[in-house]
Amino acid sequence: MMKQEIVTVHSFECLTNEILELTFISDYIASTGKPGNFINIRVDNNFPLLRRPFSIFNIEGNKISIVFNVIGTGTRVLAKKRKGDSIDILGPCGNDFLRFANGDYDTAVLVGGGIGVAPLPFLTKHFPPGKKILTFLGARHKELIVTKGLLNPKIATDDGSEGFHGTVLDLLKDDFSKNEYGKTQFFICGPTRMMKAVADFANRRGSDCYASLETDMACGIGLCQGCNIEINGGAKKYALVCKEGTIFETRTVKL
Amino acid sequence: MIESFKLKNVEFKNRILVASGTFGYGDEVPDLVDVSKLGGIVTKSLSMKSRDGNPQPRITETPSGMLNSIGLANIGVHKFISDKISVLKKYHATVIANIAASSIEEYCAVLELLEPLPEVHGFEINVSCPNVKEGGLSFGTDVTLVGQITNELRRRTKKPLIIKLTPNVTHISEFARACEAEGADAVSVINTLIGMSVNIKTRKPKIATTTGGLSGPAIKPIALAKVYETRNAVKIPVIGIGGINCWEDAVEFFIVGASMVQVGTANFINPSIGVSIAEGVVQYCKNAGVDDVGNIVGTLQTNKSISIVDSWL
Repeated sequence: MMKQEIVTVHSFECLTNEILELTFISDYIASTGKPGNFINIRVDNNFPLLRRPFSIFNIEGNKISIVFNVIGTGTRVLAKKRKGDSIDILGPCGNDFLRFANGDYDTAVLVGGGIGVAPLPFLTKHFPPGKKILTFLGARHKELIVTKGLLNPKIATDDGSEGFHGTVLDLLKDDFSKNEYGKTQFFICGPTRMMKAVADFANRRGSDCYASLETDMACGIGLCQGCNIEINGGAKKYALVCKEGTIFETRTVKL
Repeated sequence: MIESFKLKNVEFKNRILVASGTFGYGDEVPDLVDVSKLGGIVTKSLSMKSRDGNPQPRITETPSGMLNSIGLANIGVHKFISDKISVLKKYHATVIANIAASSIEEYCAVLELLEPLPEVHGFEINVSCPNVKEGGLSFGTDVTLVGQITNELRRRTKKPLIIKLTPNVTHISEFARACEAEGADAVSVINTLIGMSVNIKTRKPKIATTTGGLSGPAIKPIALAKVYETRNAVKIPVIGIGGINCWEDAVEFFIVGASMVQVGTANFINPSIGVSIAEGVVQYCKNAGVDDVGNIVGTLQTNKSISIVDSWL
């Protein structure tokens, strides 16, 4: 069940020179939020007009955190918030990763592209016991790499400023050619092109791949029907990313 | 305080409705808003068969507004009747079914299916969707066709019949007159304006259909002017729509002559905004010393000069 509430900013931290972590207090999200859910934030009264969706990065006690880099109007306004400021949130929205986590596999492969790392630490924390977790991160450069809350992530950067010099897909291919991980299942989030490439890699191995998608959304709760994604087969042509996702098995959607 | 408004044989609890396409079928967000406190719900447009709608991307934000091109995605009238009616009844909502169609026959057929249902209290006819190839604007910009559609539907319903007009014409009041002449009970003014937005990196349109419908606070001044024009042209009630974001906006529409208002895009940001607006309007009336919200409708003061002080108040 979603709830709209006004919450207080608890802290603001720079995780890198470009990535910020904003923490706010909400008993409600703390007790209901699951890995993969998102919080739809009204960053200001009227400018920008629409809410902006953010994955839950972490929950500690009653403190909820999100991460972002300043890329547009919404994040620019959000970056100016300070401890004690109030923000209007609506959540938890969307489905969650955990419902897909109890499968027949040995190793969970978590792949994050850029700020798409956002849902992975909270997922790592709540993974069902007995599964091995393997984490890969890719980004344009090292200031976009966030490792907080992740288990020994393997890193790739486009410019070689940290870890493997190349894309996260190249790193995955390289790593999987050298190691044996048994039966795998993928949990990914990042830019669409990266997710498509990683999903192809995973699906070709015969692994399920659960991707958290992002599209422009006006409402985040299924009212506007703006965030459609084309689905494969089935009775209808489109699904709504905000309500039926954001997490889909990649073979079921046209990325 | 009298908040209610009577249109034909239907009494609306208050004068604040939620606009078609911004509130689903009324059953999407029961946790977030008590729909019984709204004047009414205008449903997502219903067509005879279900429609998938347009490809993605369908929306983009623009300065103080948004462009959408959903393309009338809907579950179809049969599924609405089988799945949604019983839920709406449970919520004690006043329901206006919005109908979209690609032919006069389809409008009539959909209306005839809904007419016998006591849970559907009235109809709003969408002759003004800018985002579909057939029907939509091609009806709404032809004054003869709008009159014909009104005439055919009037003969088939005893319930309130509202025609939702497009601002994408030279004189919206001509269309309102045609609706009035053919027996419409009210007109909704305005649907979205055709708009466009371009990604300068890719040089591609930001939404898949190139153009879409502009809504949100950006269109409020236009909507107010269209309501004012329409109000001065017809005697039937005008339902004001366009960028209403707070109770002050609703009061502006009442003052220029809207008998009721619909809240649209603002529902996306705050699904319970309609209820807050209804409360704010009541408080405004109390402060103004009027005991019926209707007493502020059409009270624009145009016969007095506007001083510099007024514009700063």
